[in-house]
Amino acid sequence: MTVRVQSEPFDAGAELNRFAQGRNDVGAVVSFTGVVRDTDGNLQEMQIEHYPGMTEAAIAKIVQDATTRWGLADALVIHRYGGLTPGAPIMMVATAAAHRSAAFEAADFLMDYLKSRAPFWKKEITSDGESWVAAKDADENALKRW
Amino acid sequence: MMNVVYFAWVRERIGLPQEQVDTNAATVADLVEELKSREDRYEAAFADISALRVALDQELADFDASLVGVNEVAFFPPMTGG
Repeated sequence: MTVRVQSEPFDAGAELNRFAQGRNDVGAVVSFTGVVRDTDGNLQEMQIEHYPGMTEAAIAKIVQDATTRWGLADALVIHRYGGLTPGAPIMMVATAAAHRSAAFEAADFLMDYLKSRAPFWKKEITSDGESWVAAKDADENALKRW
Repeated sequence: MMNVVYFAWVRERIGLPQEQVDTNAATVADLVEELKSREDRYEAAFADISALRVALDQELADFDASLVGVNEVAFFPPMTGG
């Protein structure tokens, strides 16, 4: 399992190619990459703040829970912080398992928990001003699926 | 002394990322009341605690949780990761 919290960009393709290499018991690899979206055409920067220490521990626990529940062979989470421009990758998850259903479900679970239980906060800087991104009820409700 | 940490708009309203607070508060809720009585900026940050989350020594907790043995309290809005 790999957890990285970093300000630098990452190459999702290169990360995915390296992920779970040499594991002959893996039959399925699923990945998700989150990208900075400019919904209204005025976004200049997305600023991501986090809680150093708690962030790494919270993500590690979420990944451990997923690994145990779905019997993952491996899991990867990369999450950035700092100032990001539209189109930049924010984060990625990858899961490796014997079968695809476990890999898909575990990736979905990881995303739901990272959204609401990893201590990150997003602020949008637009040409009209700046505002904190509010958490959505739908994101909290998504946890009930699991 | 308690290390108190603030994130996102809580940090902006209070105007500090963290501070040492001399307190005998028994619970998180008691600490919030102490802080609110200090200055308007704390009152503004803690006006609606249903909009806030709290972590004790970097683990999520409830506002009625005890502060016994706790070194660090963090206040922040609901998280928006991913």
